[in-house]
Amino acid sequence: MQGTLKETLVPAADSHRPLVLTPTEDMRGFLTLHLGRTALFLITCTSVLAVFLIFLFVIREALPFLAKFSIKEFLTSTSWYPEAVTPKFGTLALLVGSGYVTIVSIIFAVPVGILAAVFLSDIVSMKVRNIIKPIIEILAAIPSVAYGFFAVMVLAPWMQQKFGFSTGTNALNASLVLAVMALPTIISVSEDSISATGRELREASYGCGATRMETILKVVIPAAHSGIIAGVVLGMMRAIGETMVVWMASGNAAQIPSPWWDLSQSVRTLTATIAGDMGETEKGSPHYRALFAAGLLLLVITLCLNMVSEYFMIRAKKAGGKR
Amino acid sequence: MKRLICSLVLTMLAVTGLVRAETLQIDGSTTVGPIADAFAEYFMRTNPGLEITVKKTGSGDGAAALIDSRCDIATLSRFMKDKEFKAAVDHNVFPVAHAIAMDGVCIIVHPSNTVIALTTAQVRDIYKGKTKNWKEIGGPDAEIVIVSRDTSSGTYETFHEKIMDKEELAKNVEYVNSNPQAQARVKTTVGAISYVGIGFVDADVKALKIDGIGPTKQTIANGTYPVSRPLFMFTNGYPKLGSTVFKFCTFYLTEKGQEIILAKGFVPVTSY
Repeated sequence: MQGTLKETLVPAADSHRPLVLTPTEDMRGFLTLHLGRTALFLITCTSVLAVFLIFLFVIREALPFLAKFSIKEFLTSTSWYPEAVTPKFGTLALLVGSGYVTIVSIIFAVPVGILAAVFLSDIVSMKVRNIIKPIIEILAAIPSVAYGFFAVMVLAPWMQQKFGFSTGTNALNASLVLAVMALPTIISVSEDSISATGRELREASYGCGATRMETILKVVIPAAHSGIIAGVVLGMMRAIGETMVVWMASGNAAQIPSPWWDLSQSVRTLTATIAGDMGETEKGSPHYRALFAAGLLLLVITLCLNMVSEYFMIRAKKAGGKR
Repeated sequence: MKRLICSLVLTMLAVTGLVRAETLQIDGSTTVGPIADAFAEYFMRTNPGLEITVKKTGSGDGAAALIDSRCDIATLSRFMKDKEFKAAVDHNVFPVAHAIAMDGVCIIVHPSNTVIALTTAQVRDIYKGKTKNWKEIGGPDAEIVIVSRDTSSGTYETFHEKIMDKEELAKNVEYVNSNPQAQARVKTTVGAISYVGIGFVDADVKALKIDGIGPTKQTIANGTYPVSRPLFMFTNGYPKLGSTVFKFCTFYLTEKGQEIILAKGFVPVTSY
């Protein structure tokens, strides 16, 4: 009876395995399944572990400094003279510098980015969009040192001639270049989220008698606002973490411009300070630990921005999934 | 086909592992950088199989690399600081200085600037932010744009010690991280003032007389120019006689070495 069973039942087309497994084959399958899953889990864990270890390392190196020097002075003093006879570690000027270049670059990049995203998704044909979008994404692939080089060698002298600034390496210069660097991120994410709002929304709006501009401004953009905000925050994260460009183009003067709105003065960011000073500091010296404390500050800021962007991304996905 | 490619790649990797080139790591000053580069080029040309890497990120970086034994020779445009020396000895590194050339730190301004001489006190006032416009010291009516080297630079240390008397710089001083960058800033900015090693002074910038003495080979070599300094190469202990490090560190005594030093715009130690 069993002999005929084996002869008449044909196994699955692409497998050589019989339908009934022997005990060894069964055990082998069980082990492969569970060992494979554990191995993949460990590999995934290494990426998560990397994030935790980075935080741990920075906190460990920064803690002795934060315990010894007053945190209030660290955050509110504008004097950054770490190599002086009596070192002074005040990061207010650096925080303000980072803040200036980020905010001004966002002010330049957001209108251009959102309008470009709207143009690509709503106004231009699919064929043209598929040509333009990859070209914009090339902007994201250009190395930041190339941007910095351009900023120092071309943009700075041009600014001095055109606007009569006394110095071309200033907050405005760095902000302009950072705006160009944040654009691809903003355009990409905004365009994806605007496209995801779907045809029904637009057709409903046209059905109510709205013009094209009213549809875009009052219906589509508000519907996609979560994704747009997420894109803007991602662009902000790129701008605040950028090192090479600001090191070359911002002039590196650790000061708060006076008057505060004068962008033609030189500023210094946290990232440029860490990159510039790290090479010469002796391991374990107060200067070294102060730089790690500045790095911790930067990590905390980017972490908060990341959480904000995550929140808006989740809202955008929920809004998109309703259809 | 796949097996053939695999075996080819493996043999190539194995062979590269066997061929061990002799390597020399040099790290440090951007002022001494051109000299080290030229020496390295000559050495690599005359000794095939020798690989020399010259990093130029600042004297402070070079000292730190020697302390951590990350380099064979550290080039510095200043002598090692007390705390660097102590840290080196703590790490079992015993720095030996070789003075390979003489250099002058030149205060440079844009060629269109009418100022041709300043005193040490005037330069100090500019860098402390007391003098804000060129017209206060006899120049055109333009805001002074102060450019300095960053703190890891030996050029900065020499300037800070000899002209600033170790006083704090003004808050609006801009920092650049190499000699060529400082020269590029002054070349393109009418109101800029900065300082570079004499090897980086060319027709695009103007070097000022300090306390009445201009930077020339004689004034630098015999020390009458106020901001002259020796350029150093530091090694861990005196290098073994005949080794590549020894040859590199004593190259400045040979005729070819002094030719190179002169060509780069520095002053050989023998030109008194």
